[in-house]
Amino acid sequence: MRIARQQIITRWMTILLPMLFWAQVAFAHPQQGEARGFVTGFRHPISGLDHVLAMVAVGLWGAQLGSPAIWLLPVAFPMVMAFGGMLGLMGVPLPGVEYGIAASAILLGAAVLFEVRPPLALAAVLVGTFAIFHGHAHGTELPPGQSGLLYSMGFVIATGCLHAVGITIGAVHRWGWGQRLLRFAGGVVAAGGMFFMWKAVA
Amino acid sequence: MTKSLSQSRLPLYSFVVFVFLFAATPAEAHLNSTGMGPIYDGLMHFLLSPEDLAPVLALALLAGLRGASHGRRALFVLPAAWLLGGLIGLAATSSSAHPVISAFWFLLLGGLLAADAKLSLRVTTALAALLGLYHGYLNGTGLGLSATSATVLLGLIFAVFVLVALAAALVARLHASWARIAVRVAGSWIAASGLLMLGWAMHKV
Repeated sequence: MRIARQQIITRWMTILLPMLFWAQVAFAHPQQGEARGFVTGFRHPISGLDHVLAMVAVGLWGAQLGSPAIWLLPVAFPMVMAFGGMLGLMGVPLPGVEYGIAASAILLGAAVLFEVRPPLALAAVLVGTFAIFHGHAHGTELPPGQSGLLYSMGFVIATGCLHAVGITIGAVHRWGWGQRLLRFAGGVVAAGGMFFMWKAVA
Repeated sequence: MTKSLSQSRLPLYSFVVFVFLFAATPAEAHLNSTGMGPIYDGLMHFLLSPEDLAPVLALALLAGLRGASHGRRALFVLPAAWLLGGLIGLAATSSSAHPVISAFWFLLLGGLLAADAKLSLRVTTALAALLGLYHGYLNGTGLGLSATSATVLLGLIFAVFVLVALAAALVARLHASWARIAVRVAGSWIAASGLLMLGWAMHKV
């Protein structure tokens, strides 16, 4: 009975998820610029590969570390990142943002590659520090004339979705081959971070 | 046997459907004649206004996390306070939402939800009352005094009631830890949006 229900749910989810991803923006009752604000905000975090690598790496590392890191990081990260974004919007300078972002991909990727297991507080501080760099970069890059609230919601939700992608991929950690695959993915993230660091320095 | 029976009844069913189709009254999709239009205006206004929707959702989820008694309290206090605030707002001359206060509600309710704060029933009641009064007042001032303002307000409050009922009831029956964490993640997203709103507010100054 339960298996049959799961099969039905899986089948429906298989149909619904692609539909959701293909859905266009609803313009039934938009206020001026609102729909554009959400979509632009949603696209912003996923438009830069450096951000994508770091966000997914957070999810991968959380999955490797297991509970409670797997849920603490997705709860804490958006708020710390938004704090960085707020600083950026307010014009508070933060030196070396590009280096910080590239370093985040290198270190988070390396943490996944070597399955580093620091104390939870240290992992949270490390991820939180990088979150401020990412948030600040987003905050200073926000285009003028957007609907601030919807832009922010799209931006935060997209970031959360990237974490969810990392955590979902990280679910393979329970298998031996999955652990090796995760470590390989960590290596890819770290290599990407080195590339972005080279670009930032050059 | 079954097949022949259904075949024999087919003309009868067709006749009944045919009569119903001819007896159909004109469609009132646009609700001009029924007077229900303002109700739906209010309902849709709430559902399409994230600055109203997100704090209410956060409160409903928070109340749901704390249990059925908190959910029931929020379910009745919030719409009642919203109505009261709205009626006061209708009579007020003018007012505008202050972005910092709106951001504060996002931060407060989203933060409490993300932290899974163990609130007492009194605090939940107070939060629901204050949120309802503030947002109801803003809605009321936005509507102004007109022939349909009160009806729009009723539609809006109905939407608040339904959202709180559904969200709080859904969360109150969640027991799986991952599901409750997913609710807390939603709270962190709302709080994060509030922080960015605060940044936007400072940015414009």
